[in-house]
Amino acid sequence: MSTRRNFMGMALGGFTALGAVGGLYAAKRTWEPLPSVKAAGFTTIDLSEAKAGELVTEKWRGKPIFVLKKTDDMPYHDRDVVIGSDRYLITVGLCTHLGCIPAYNSSDKMFNCACHGGKFDVSGINLPGLPPSFPLDIPPFRIEGTKLVLGEKGTEYNKMLADKLTRKV
Amino acid sequence: MNKELQIFAVVAFFTGLLYWGVEPFAHHEMHKKVDAKGEEIHIESHGFTYDGTTEAKALEVAVSDLEFKLSTEENATLKSSLEEKLVKAKAQQTKKANFWKEVVETAQLKGNVAQGETEFTSNCTGCHNGMGMNMGGVIPPNLDHAGSLYDKKYLVALLKDPAMASNVDHKYSDTSTHPMGSIKGALNSQQIVDIVAYLKAKKGAEPTAKQAFMEACVRCHAMRYDKVTQLGDTPKTKENIKTGHDIEAMKYAQKVAEEQAMLADYLGKLPPDLSMIIRARSEHFMETFIEDPQTQLAGTSMPRVGLSEAGYEKVHEYLSDIGDPSKPAREIVAPWVIGFFLIFTLLAYFWKKFHWRDLH
Amino acid sequence: MAKFDEKAKPFSKQWLDDRLAITTVMKVLNIEYWIPKNINFLWAMGMILAATFGMLVISGIFLLMYYVPTVEGAFDSVNYTIMTEVGYGWLWRHIHGVGASLVFLIIYIHLFTGIYYGSYKRGREMIWLSGMLLFVLFSAEAFSGYMLPWGQMSYWAGMVITNLFAGGSLEATGFVEWIRGDYVPAQAFLGRFFMLHVLLLPLVIIGGIGFHFATLRLPHVNNQDGEEIDFEASAKLWKEGKKKESQVIPFHPVFLSKDVFIMGIYFILFFYLVFYNFEFAMDPVNFDPADGLKTPAHIYPEWYFLWSYEILRPFPTDLGLIAFGIAQVIFLALPFLDRSPNVAPASRRGLFKFWFWALLLDVLVLTFMGKLPPQGIWNTIGFIAAVMFFVLWVALPFITKLEKKIEE
Repeated sequence: MSTRRNFMGMALGGFTALGAVGGLYAAKRTWEPLPSVKAAGFTTIDLSEAKAGELVTEKWRGKPIFVLKKTDDMPYHDRDVVIGSDRYLITVGLCTHLGCIPAYNSSDKMFNCACHGGKFDVSGINLPGLPPSFPLDIPPFRIEGTKLVLGEKGTEYNKMLADKLTRKV
Repeated sequence: MNKELQIFAVVAFFTGLLYWGVEPFAHHEMHKKVDAKGEEIHIESHGFTYDGTTEAKALEVAVSDLEFKLSTEENATLKSSLEEKLVKAKAQQTKKANFWKEVVETAQLKGNVAQGETEFTSNCTGCHNGMGMNMGGVIPPNLDHAGSLYDKKYLVALLKDPAMASNVDHKYSDTSTHPMGSIKGALNSQQIVDIVAYLKAKKGAEPTAKQAFMEACVRCHAMRYDKVTQLGDTPKTKENIKTGHDIEAMKYAQKVAEEQAMLADYLGKLPPDLSMIIRARSEHFMETFIEDPQTQLAGTSMPRVGLSEAGYEKVHEYLSDIGDPSKPAREIVAPWVIGFFLIFTLLAYFWKKFHWRDLH
Repeated sequence: MAKFDEKAKPFSKQWLDDRLAITTVMKVLNIEYWIPKNINFLWAMGMILAATFGMLVISGIFLLMYYVPTVEGAFDSVNYTIMTEVGYGWLWRHIHGVGASLVFLIIYIHLFTGIYYGSYKRGREMIWLSGMLLFVLFSAEAFSGYMLPWGQMSYWAGMVITNLFAGGSLEATGFVEWIRGDYVPAQAFLGRFFMLHVLLLPLVIIGGIGFHFATLRLPHVNNQDGEEIDFEASAKLWKEGKKKESQVIPFHPVFLSKDVFIMGIYFILFFYLVFYNFEFAMDPVNFDPADGLKTPAHIYPEWYFLWSYEILRPFPTDLGLIAFGIAQVIFLALPFLDRSPNVAPASRRGLFKFWFWALLLDVLVLTFMGKLPPQGIWNTIGFIAAVMFFVLWVALPFITKLEKKIEE
């Protein structure tokens, strides 16, 4: 008797839970970024007009992007985006500690984060012993002549990723 | 149990009656058209072929309405004004009938495609050049798929007299002042069928749903949910990140606004954006309205665009894609949700049965 | 501090009982909350209403995440963002639209059930009054929600309904402007009705539902025959296992099992409408964006307001407003206008039997006429039905006074 009662009650309860899972799936989908947000995740930036040693800030997926054409006296790094004979630092301009924007100081050629004191050099490498434990992130890019399409993954970017020179963004 | 079913039947009956009263019945009463005698006029679709039937029907009603009013009118001044109107309506009847009779005859002639191409180049491409230039109030449409989008007889009629073909001749005292009016009388019957034959043969490829809309509708109607304006697809632009302004987008918005102002001046008002029209109008209205706008909205400045049935279906598909994009998802999800509640109800029934079996 | 068991393990039953009295709460609210056995499916309407309200809250939460309460953004946020972009946004919107309509269908069934079985008197007056209060609150909630898509019907309903507050010849246009925050329904109006719809009214409704439940506690739920039941004696029988002899059942699981079954049937209908037949709840005219310079050819309220709208329509402005005002509150007076001593189904109550069906039919006729164009024969029928409505209410105390006491 009570077995059957439990069985019917539990069958109904279990089945209702199944429906609730369906509802939660719909809710999860509702919470996702909108297709228009995702579609807007591609930005083309033109590097041909950059002046060596001058930081330019662009915008990609709402985040600042640092573009710095390296001068001859700046150290080279495998993280540089190379176009012809020019080398560029291209990174997401957010500190890898907690996401503040580091300010570029052209006299000591450093990115200094005001929030928790993080420092990065002109190749975006974090200085040891400070809060950030990763170099500035390089956004996915594909080289198109003198232009970069941010958001798309080109061979150069994939190589950097494989060499663990940057994290996935 | 039996009694409970009886009660349920009563509730279901009144609910059904309520639904009938506020939905089918009310909507029928609200949208029905009646003539002067109060008899209902049914507006039907004619399969998107054009031979003057809809105009003839409307004029027939107008004439019989006037005759009926005349027979009951006592006041002499009103009577004479009605008589005047009746004479005009009858003249219009003859004019329309003759026009479409000629169109039907012309359409039977055999066209020459090669000849048509020459005629097309010398008579049409000057305006129908895809440049998006406003001419006389409106941008001449792109004709890339005209052969399949538009009905043959309609094209013939259009080349004879554009205002008559699109059933907006009431707007003009002289139909050659229509933006495309200069074509009226410029071509003989053979030239007309040659051009139509050329359009059917060389511009008769099946358009995509969006192309159909872009060629047949877009010069007047925007579709903002697909980023389409009267000038076509909105170009992609980028904001200046230092100022936050997108100057190119602003310039484009101004161009659109100027185009809309010209359209509004030409048509009397700005034609509506059609993003949600598929849910705002019934299927029957859409069909009959597009076939001949005057039947549903007498006096409207919307011209008949002469879509063929295939052309209409393409436009309709685009309107549905944009205005009712969840339809496919609804159809997929529906059986699962309803099936879920069927099983839920069955399980609940057994649960109830178990708890209630010892009670009586 | 009361006694409590020091040794009870944290979060064990005893531990919780000492702190929250969960066993007592379960008894009071569920397993020893006694419901008469002699009921039919109409007694499930309360739970169905609660479930529908739940659906409205859940779907509303997701709509609220993307809705933009500005006159420029509202229409597109509903029709483009929610319907096109948001994952399952269309589902929430259809549930919300259909739910808003069905909640009124069930409210009306619930209300007429109450009238039919006399469940509003002899101790149950507060149940009736709190229920009618909920009806008013739901009406306000529905109206404010109808403004939000900012389509043609939203705008013109906002225009017409707020104009009622000018009070006819009182010409209180200043009051109307105060309500709107503008000369016409515009940003201020949309902003405040948005606030009312998503915050203030739902809060009050939740309170109202709690109050409505509380009013049931002492007089208990009525039954199919209006019998006076000795709940304590019957409960005792039940606890002794004499289920057949007892006139009552516990709310959980016995009454609930029937409720849930009926709820299942209801949700089949509910989702059929959500997926296949939603136009009755989402008027096509409201898919045209609001235009303050063009009134739609036909304007009419949603179906559940039609009967009271029709009471307003056939009379000159002032008289119409007075009639409308009385119609809004007259149902509240039902327990006091019904002078009969009987609590019984209408079928056993003499003239009241005819009164009930006449009222139901009259409200139906008013509803039909409220949507039809105000012309010709419809005007006449609407006028007669509106007059009939008042005749019925005036007649009620007299015909119920004549009613003889039903002897057991």
